[in-house]
Amino acid sequence: MDTFLDALAIVSRWEVIAALIAGSVGGVIIGAIPGVGPAVAIAILLPATFGMEPIVGLTLLLGIYGSALFGGSIPSILINTPGTPVNALTTYDGFPMTKAGEAPRALGLSFGASFFGGIFAVIALIVLSPVLARIAPMFGSREIFLAALLGCVLVVVAHRGQSLAAGALLMFGLFLNTVGMEANNYTQRYTFDLAFLTQGVNLIVVVLGLFAVSQAFTLLTGRDDQEAAPEIHGSVWKGVREVFRNKRVAVAGSLSGTIMGIIPGVGEFTSQFLSYTYARASSKAPQLFGKGSPEGLIASETANNSVPPAAMVPLLALGIPGEALTAMMLSVFYVHNVIPGPGLFRSHMDFVMALYICLGLLNLLALAFLLVATKPLLKVLVIPNRYLGMIILTLSFVGIYSLRNSAVDCVIAAAFGLLGVVLKRLNLPIVPIILGMVLGGIMETKFRTSLPRIRSLYSWIDRPVAMVIFCLICIVLALHLWGLWRDWKGKSDGSVQH
Amino acid sequence: MSDTPPDLSDLTHPPHHRAEVVFAVASFLVAVLLAALWSSQTTWIDGQDWSRQPGLWPLIAVVGMLLFGAGELAACLIRNARNGGGDVRAELGLWLKALEYAAWFLIYVLATPWIGYLPATVIFATLLAVRLGYRGRVLLLSPLVALGIVLVFKAGLSVRIPGGAVYDLFPQGLRNFLVLYL
Repeated sequence: MDTFLDALAIVSRWEVIAALIAGSVGGVIIGAIPGVGPAVAIAILLPATFGMEPIVGLTLLLGIYGSALFGGSIPSILINTPGTPVNALTTYDGFPMTKAGEAPRALGLSFGASFFGGIFAVIALIVLSPVLARIAPMFGSREIFLAALLGCVLVVVAHRGQSLAAGALLMFGLFLNTVGMEANNYTQRYTFDLAFLTQGVNLIVVVLGLFAVSQAFTLLTGRDDQEAAPEIHGSVWKGVREVFRNKRVAVAGSLSGTIMGIIPGVGEFTSQFLSYTYARASSKAPQLFGKGSPEGLIASETANNSVPPAAMVPLLALGIPGEALTAMMLSVFYVHNVIPGPGLFRSHMDFVMALYICLGLLNLLALAFLLVATKPLLKVLVIPNRYLGMIILTLSFVGIYSLRNSAVDCVIAAAFGLLGVVLKRLNLPIVPIILGMVLGGIMETKFRTSLPRIRSLYSWIDRPVAMVIFCLICIVLALHLWGLWRDWKGKSDGSVQH
Repeated sequence: MSDTPPDLSDLTHPPHHRAEVVFAVASFLVAVLLAALWSSQTTWIDGQDWSRQPGLWPLIAVVGMLLFGAGELAACLIRNARNGGGDVRAELGLWLKALEYAAWFLIYVLATPWIGYLPATVIFATLLAVRLGYRGRVLLLSPLVALGIVLVFKAGLSVRIPGGAVYDLFPQGLRNFLVLYL
């Protein structure tokens, strides 16, 4: 109880409240603009948060992360264009409802489902906290090394059909992390005698290049295809209430999002896929899915919005980010010398609890903002794409240059921006590079610190938690290989029949 | 409307583009180059256990890039032989088009320490809007957007962007104001 009261005291500070409002309202607006998305906004704002206290900076970033998906459903439903990539599934049922004259109902369903998913995941986090606080200290160097390795394996296998590309990009990220002066023996690694490479490749510069600069280049080289701002007539309230009459689908979607969010490297797409497939399979009207099914919309939005709070679990408990946005947030912790991991639950439980409260409040604020401001918010949909690109490029400069006032950083970010354009054009994943950089650093450090206690290969897994993680790695790999074999067999059977 | 359920495969299996092979070849060649440079760009300390060698993790990364890269290259070649999926030259043209905006960005970066953050941002935003073909109200809005960005980040959030060399030409009081807020 004392911890909870301490956390409330933290949250009630004006800086935290201001960050909460700015993050949640800003996140909704950013999410509603197709082509921006939370990753771009967080990448740009990241260096600005380094000057803030960790709780203020993280609240701002979490606000954007958690509420962008609320706003992202607006263009998905009204103009068939996902506001964020994660809202793509929302177009399947949202846009047909708009065409059928049910736009306010679809928006209400989406807002209500996002709120349900977000709150469900926060409650799950709070319930899980005592368990996490008990389990987290069982993670020593070996366990964290193996958990990071599991994250790497999951990142690769989660990109089905692109596992090889994801693996190559993950390894590229791992390589980038090794560039520079090596801290134990003070030797140079791949610096090519260039002074600026001695400090290594900065994660934030790479993040800004791959997310913000590349998005600016993509928009600038594209076309302006905006139409007039759509109009909606009627209240969205009815749709919000309807979500609570579809509790089975909402709970299943939220559960899927929470579980998938906790597992590093999996994320929103898999959770939505599972949630939508379950909702369709268990529906009394499966024929409506893809043509304007309220259940489909609820399944999609609950699943994606329950991921952000759940993704904080591996970050806070183990210091292992599960996806790119939490990887960016990890740097906020590091800048302030607050090291997420087992020790955080022991020594800063009030901080952790304050973050949970902020996560819950931001869902409330985002819903309240949308209920009163959806109609004026539709104006952002008419901002021309290339003009947005110009704004993002201008903002990217602030993010990159303010880090170290280095023009070289800007050149590196521009190079990664070009790489990001190519990856986006080819539909190849960007996230493995970021996770490779972050998880690679964790793995190398934990590998070294584990060595004094390692007598044989078996020593790596001779403790219960390490053994469980090792078994999980084996199971994930076995399932992936089995899936590949099944796909190959299906294809070869098909070609024989053909 | 047909009764077929929506195809979710786009979410899990994004569409293939023939130009993937260009990227696969390039990334494989980069991996080969990095592998060839491994012995000269890392140090192997005599007498130290292999697990503590500074070159171990770059080696793991480069070997991983080589293996996955070779697999991806082979998979791309097979996919391209089986299906179509877009014009490679047109796609390469689009990649090159982005270079122009990279040049714009770098000119903006180089100009800022000389002429200052506010003037550089206003000029960059306005000229880029002209280049993009915007006229009238949208063009007039560009310097205001630039001013807003500078005010929010430098004056409001106090991000660290040094003043321009040109600010030194102004009287001390004004110079200090410009350096601090614009």
